[in-house]
Order: sequence, then C-alpha cells, then structure tokens
Amino acid sequence: MAEAAESPGDPGTASPRPLFAGLSDISISQDIPVEGEITIPMRSRIREFDSSTLNESVQNTIMRDLKAVGKKFMHVLYPRKSNTLLRDWDLWGPLILCVTLALMLQRGSVDSEKDGGPQFAEVFVIVWFGAVTITLNSKLLGGNISFFQSLCVLGYCILPLTVAMLVCRLVLLAEPGPINFMVRFFVVIVMFAWSIIASTAFLADSQPPNRKALAVYPVFLFYFVISWMILTFTP
Amino acid sequence: MAAADELAFHEFEEATNLLAETPEAATTSRSEQLTPQGHVAVAVGSGDSYGAEDEVEESDKTALLQEEKQQPGFWTFGYYQSFFDVDTWQVLDRIRGSLLPRPGHNFVRHRLRNRPDLYGPFWICATLAFVLAITGNLTLLLAQRRDPSIHYSPQFHKVTVAGVTIYCYAWLVPLALWGFLRWRQGVQERLGPYTFLETVCVYGYSLFVFIPTVVLWLIPVPWLQWLFGVLALALSAAGLVFTLWPVVREDTRLAAAVLLSVVVLLHALLALGCKFYFFQPLPPAHVAPPPRATALPPSILLPPTSPWSVATPDGRSLQAQHERTLLPALPTLRP
Repeated sequence: MAEAAESPGDPGTASPRPLFAGLSDISISQDIPVEGEITIPMRSRIREFDSSTLNESVQNTIMRDLKAVGKKFMHVLYPRKSNTLLRDWDLWGPLILCVTLALMLQRGSVDSEKDGGPQFAEVFVIVWFGAVTITLNSKLLGGNISFFQSLCVLGYCILPLTVAMLVCRLVLLAEPGPINFMVRFFVVIVMFAWSIIASTAFLADSQPPNRKALAVYPVFLFYFVISWMILTFTP
Repeated sequence: MAAADELAFHEFEEATNLLAETPEAATTSRSEQLTPQGHVAVAVGSGDSYGAEDEVEESDKTALLQEEKQQPGFWTFGYYQSFFDVDTWQVLDRIRGSLLPRPGHNFVRHRLRNRPDLYGPFWICATLAFVLAITGNLTLLLAQRRDPSIHYSPQFHKVTVAGVTIYCYAWLVPLALWGFLRWRQGVQERLGPYTFLETVCVYGYSLFVFIPTVVLWLIPVPWLQWLFGVLALALSAAGLVFTLWPVVREDTRLAAAVLLSVVVLLHALLALGCKFYFFQPLPPAHVAPPPRATALPPSILLPPTSPWSVATPDGRSLQAQHERTLLPALPTLRP
C-alpha cells in the first residue's frame, strides 16, 4: 500500500483516497491533455511575398538603403539610448563618411611630397584599421558586441568630424589669421566631443562594468587622431 | 625552516618580497609558508591584498598546475582573450608601479603578479607613437607662431615613423632580451627567467613615463627639456634594471653588467632619437626651418658658403645650411 502512493499514478486503479492525496503522482502527459495551435500572424509573411526585393525598381532599392543610412545619421546627431544602430547595422554609412573625409583631407598640392598631410590611402587605412583594432580590443576585453556592429557604430560616429571638416574647409576660404584658427579649433573640439559622446552612448553598455574605461580609451585616441588631422589641414 | 617566523603578523608586501628573493626555495616550503600568510593577509584588509591574495597563491600554484591547466590553442579566440583579462584598476595600478620603481620591488612579481597582459603594452605604444608625432608637429606650429617665415606642414609621415619605431622597440628588444636570458639560464632549472609576455609587459609599461615627458617637451626651454628627458630616462631605465636584477645577478658579473648596460643604452638611444627626430632644436638666434627628412632635388641645395643670400619662401635652402652646421648628429633618414 505504501508503494502505491509512490508509483506513478495509473488511471483506473482508484482506491478511495483523501482529497489531493494522489496529486503528487499525477503525470501531466497522461492526465491533462495539452493541445492547441500556434499561429503566426500572417501579415508579415504576406508583406514579404508581395514585395520581394528582386522585382522592385532600382530607385526603390537605393532609396531604401539611403533612408536607412539617413536614419542612422539622425541617431548619431541626436544620440539617445536606442538600439537601431546596433540592430540593423550596415557599413554604407561608414564607407561614405570615410571616403568623404579622405577626399577632403588629402593633400592638394603636388610639390610638398612627403611632408604634407595624409594621403587618401593613409586616411582610409587609419580609419578602417583603427576601427578594426578598437573592435578587436573591445571583444578581447570581453564585450558582447559583434564585430560589424562595432565597426558600424565607430564609422557612423565619424559624422560629426566630417561636418567639422566641411566647416573647416569653408572657414579656410576666408583670410588666415588667429581668429580663423580659433574658429576651426572650437568647431573641431565640439565635434570631437560629440563623436565621443555618441559612440560611448552606443558602445559603453556592451562592456563589462569594470572595464569600460579600458574599452573607451582607444575610441578617444581614435577620434583624437582624426580631429588632429582635420585641425592641421592646410590647403 | 622559516615557517615559525611566518606565523607572526606580517604585512603582505613581505610575503612577495620573500617570494621574489628566494625563487629557488622548494615549492613545498613555499606553500607551507603561504597558508599562514594567506590567512594573515585576509585579516590585514588592505585594499589590494584582498584581490591579490589569491593571485599570489595562484602564481605559486601555477608552477605546479601548469601542465594541468587547459590552455586553449593559439588559433582560438580564447587564447588571446586570456591576455586581456585585466580590469581598469589593474592597468592603472601597473602604470603607477612603472612610474615609481623601488629598488627591492620587482615589477613582474609585485605588480604583474606573473599575470602579464597585452592591453597595456599595445595601447601605451600606440599612445606614445601618436603623442610623439602630434607634439612634434605642435612644436613646429608654435615655432611658426613666433616666427612666420617658418613653413608649417602637417608632417604626417612622422606618424608612420613613430609607430614603426616604437612598436619595433617595444616588441623586438624584449624578444632579444628574452632569448638571451633563456640561453643564459638554459642550464639552471628554476622559475627564473621571465616569459616573453612578461618581458614585453615590463618594456611596455616602462615606456609610459615618456608620454607626459613628450608632452612637457612642448615647453621651448632647452635645459628644461633635457632635464625632463633625463628624469624620464632615469625612471624608465630604473624600472627595467630593478626588474632584471634578480634574474641577472645569478650570472657572472661581466654578463650581468653588459646586459644591464645594453638595456639602459638602448633605452637612452630611443629617448635621444625621439627627441632629435621629432623635436628638432631650433636655434634661438637665426631663422631656422626644421630639417625635413626628404630627398631634396639637388638644384635647390646651395653650397654651404652662401647661407642666407637666396631663400625660397619656404626656406629650403636655409635648411641645407642648417643641417650641415647645426645638427650633424641628426639621424639621416633620406633615402
């Protein structure tokens, strides 16, 4: 009789028991049927089948990507705690920004061969290898951000510095002097701070808490070097 | 056996002193010593002994457990992740330790606790390379402010030169040193010579003191620049010598002296080279444009006898005169 209490409940061998006595030996799969249906809302599937991206016009494709890039630019310019940059990463924005920056920064004059500012390739290498190194560093320190997400964030946060470069080029069209330099200095400093704040807003959460400074310092160095290249640009 | 003495109250520093000084003690005695030490260290309650207590135990037990620990292969990501296993306060503590070398305190045993990291050496070298290039350019900018006839240019190629120099120094010299120490210690089976990473760590952290020095070299007062340079070199070289001394003193006096003097000499050469290449001393009296490491077309070079007569707007002809008379020791980087 004592064994009957322990054995898994057999339906049908019901000897009279007190209430809830045999509750412990009811096995769910036999006694309480669990059935049902799991339905997926059909709306998203329908949308996928209707607008397969192969048949759309080229303008649609380009506009969709441009809108995605533009949306991320807005996120960088007004950094909030959102996950858009991380979730839907793309590398178009960083490429556009890097090429623009490198085109504007390359030395124009032919006669100063080795002593001038950076060449196009040097800016490109600094930006991309710098971003790759920072990403590797943050992954080695134990961050849980993926490789391309980090590249995406670092590349997009060059946007304020590209704006600073544009402003500097415009300011340099005026006559040179200390005011010229102070304006450029001020603009570059502000944009540098903006870049740092924007990138830390996205990257800082992915690091372990006692290593945040270790991961943020290389970002600071990276944007500092780019700011220096922008500030010392002489046409 | 010193075990009876060790049961008395000891500060944690003494334990690591003993460990550093008597590395050839039998491991059994060390672990015997350690248990009362570990017990006492917890009661001391000072800031770093709490976390470091297990690390000392660990560093002793690593000798015993080295074969048993499962090292991931060098092709896996986890292998490299083990070299970046440091926290912010640890890196700051190591930097502080490199800035203040003390005679009895071995950087590897006291600060690294035999757990080297690659974060410090890599980013200190990167920072030093960029700071060198940037402050070198800044001195040119400031000189141009004072004297508008100097031609300012961003000199971006110096970034490449700085990077290559610093990284080669900080990685190849420790390799050579490590190889040399292994060769000398080959016959003695003890926990003597440092691993390659520990040597790299020591060199990397010892370069940190040059970063503020290079920034202070912006001040255009020559004797102050030399003072800062000598001070930084002394601190840095002292750190290296104090770290290498326990390993090297077992060797013959001649080998020890030669090794230490070569280490200090290389360090001094690096400091001097950086000072001369990135911060060319501009003589105060005359207009003197900075020498550039470019191959000038020969038509622009003037013979040394006619210095100031013909000058192109950016002063290239003055440069030749300047180089030949004032800086004979400048490392010639012209192809």
